Amino acid sequence: MTKFVIIRTLITSSMHYFPKLVLTLLLSVFVSFTGSAQKKSAKVDVAEALKGYFTPVTTPSATPDAEGFIRRWMILEPISKPNSTNRVFTDSYTRENLSVEYFPNQLTVIPRDGDKVKVTMEYQPPVDLTARRPVGGGQNEPKFVKATLTWHALDSDHFFVKLFRFATGLDKDRYGVIFWTVTVINCDEDIENVRLSIGSNKAARWWVNGEELLLLAGDRHMGVDSAVSDRITLKKGRNILRGVTMNGPGMSEFCARFIDDHGNPVTNYTITCN
Amino acid sequence: MKRIIITISILLSGILSFAQTGSPFIHDPSSIVECDGKYYTFGTGGGGLISEDGWNWHGGAVRPGGGAAPDAIKIGDRYLVIYGTTGGGMGGGHASKIMTMWNKTLDPESPDFAYSEPVMVLESLVDEDFNAIDPGVLIGPDGRMWLTAGTYFGHIRQVEIDPATGRRVEGNEAIDVGRNMEASTMMYRDGWYYLLGTHGTCCDGVNSTYNIVVGRSRNPKGPFIDNVGRSMIQGGGKSVITTEGRLVGPGHFGRYVEEEGVEKMSFHWEADMDRSGRSVLGIRPLLWKDGWPVAGEAFREGTYEIQSVRSGYALELEVDFVRAPGAMRGLGRSSDGQTDVILEEQKLEDVIGTWPEGVIEVRNGYYMARPWQRWTVIPVPEAGGYLGGPYYKILIAGTERALAANGKAEVEAVPQFTGADEQLWRIDQLTDGTFRIMPKAIPGHDEPYALISLGDCSPTLAPFDFKSDNSKWDFKFFSPVE
Repeated sequence: MTKFVIIRTLITSSMHYFPKLVLTLLLSVFVSFTGSAQKKSAKVDVAEALKGYFTPVTTPSATPDAEGFIRRWMILEPISKPNSTNRVFTDSYTRENLSVEYFPNQLTVIPRDGDKVKVTMEYQPPVDLTARRPVGGGQNEPKFVKATLTWHALDSDHFFVKLFRFATGLDKDRYGVIFWTVTVINCDEDIENVRLSIGSNKAARWWVNGEELLLLAGDRHMGVDSAVSDRITLKKGRNILRGVTMNGPGMSEFCARFIDDHGNPVTNYTITCN
Repeated sequence: MKRIIITISILLSGILSFAQTGSPFIHDPSSIVECDGKYYTFGTGGGGLISEDGWNWHGGAVRPGGGAAPDAIKIGDRYLVIYGTTGGGMGGGHASKIMTMWNKTLDPESPDFAYSEPVMVLESLVDEDFNAIDPGVLIGPDGRMWLTAGTYFGHIRQVEIDPATGRRVEGNEAIDVGRNMEASTMMYRDGWYYLLGTHGTCCDGVNSTYNIVVGRSRNPKGPFIDNVGRSMIQGGGKSVITTEGRLVGPGHFGRYVEEEGVEKMSFHWEADMDRSGRSVLGIRPLLWKDGWPVAGEAFREGTYEIQSVRSGYALELEVDFVRAPGAMRGLGRSSDGQTDVILEEQKLEDVIGTWPEGVIEVRNGYYMARPWQRWTVIPVPEAGGYLGGPYYKILIAGTERALAANGKAEVEAVPQFTGADEQLWRIDQLTDGTFRIMPKAIPGHDEPYALISLGDCSPTLAPFDFKSDNSKWDFKFFSPVE
């Protein structure tokens, strides 16, 4: 399945990045493996591709780290939304463009590793990494393409979630993209008066159990506890934490934790992908 | 003319925030003492002032014994009141006695209100170089209690008092610790003992030159040295507060610690020029800079950036950033022959049409001096106050949109100021010069929460903690109120 993820990804989203010869070689390598070997090989490839930033999930559950940061996430491959500048991320723009339905049930789905999502998204040409400034984006009539994107179950190797390296590692669009992220917070009992704390590069919206807690606008950078929600109660059992992050040119990443009224991290829960 | 009007406006508004309201008329006030939710201070000649909120003061405190310049302190569940039996005898003899007496309460309406028989702890003879008036007391960190007294007529003299009895410690020998001052008292902080006194001339109305000075020592017995190395017994003293505008001649220092980081100093102004030149109670924030006490300034109305000490971000409406004209210019060009052009700052009318009409959330953002970040802070004298200040309304400049606490113990900006308690704010300057901002009330909540930056961008209402910059704000002046 994972092998299929890789192949589908290459075919559907990034074909334009690869010379046809390279793509043909890759495909011929993958299809030559047996089923189990293919899975193992594909998984290793994902791990290798994201090495240094993410590790594929291998354990049933995780805990927040010592400072309360949530490292286990389901992350959807980026949806192209070209923006050549970060100046556009006003409150209104952020709310409007992160309210668009990019795929069905995007505010309720609890995906599993390898789940697919079909989207129609705006095409953007490959990035010229030798250019000093972003090229293109909005000058011409938008061209839309269909794509199938995959959810990945990942543990971040850091307190932050480096969305940019998730995209570049999987050879996806790196600038002008939207990332959907979901995780499940499991509590043995109600935890009252906690606040969702997000550091975000760039604009984002965040929900817990379907309630929007934060809208983060502006050309912002990721700092710990950059934005903190009103008090909420994490209820006994499962709590769904969902975020969507949108960037233009530049870095994209976030960090998330729950804190109390004194700014201390809340850590008495476990984290699962679904 | 406009400048004149603005100046007059500042002066008039300053009256509201400079001095206490009600009838705060007193001379030589004691340290302020809290008793059963009310504040008390005693003055020369008997009696004193009472306040329910620390801002509006009126007569009614009762102290027998007459004489001059008392002090008061709470010890355990009792109150010790100390006073000199005479007024100083400027042109005559200087015989006087320092007396102490106890009371279970300072509330004269209480059935428990009864002073004990006064006892003498220090005296001056008719013609010695000492004048036993103007006492001040301190209980140090080791539990020992020190009393200083005296005037310009000789030395400032120190004795040790037993805090359990209010009597002089047996065998204690008085020592001289100061000269060239009066209205002395002591305080302790971070390993230093401070001796405070008042320099200048008292009792001359608007011509009084009173001002408060300080020296410090690691030893409670001195020598107390000022900022340039002079001993207080050599006439030294570092300035703490002097005359300010129409408030003349501060004297008779008293310290009041509300909680860590929130301290006040009480004193009298010899003359309030807006109150017939009468002597009135003064209360100011007490700041500490490099180990020295300094009077904070009375908060003046105006339009400010309200800046979070945590992040340097400014309190702002959660509205769209509206770009101002003025693209980046001159990159890499030091001399291109262009003539400088004065750019207009963004005005309220440029942006207000983009704002929602109802409640708007607030947050912290990069300060750009934009209309959604400019807050006009104005005292609301009819709303009462707290120790040393009135409540304020905090409005987006040019509008009636008001900062308010809501029922979730969060902050927001409501479209119209109504005077409701949740729209009134207490502003205390802290000992480090920053500010604490607290709502008068939070709907449905009893906790005394303050405005806190729990996240860089996220102001909320939560417990105040002086040790955390989350709890602190700065007010950066933008313009006078128009």
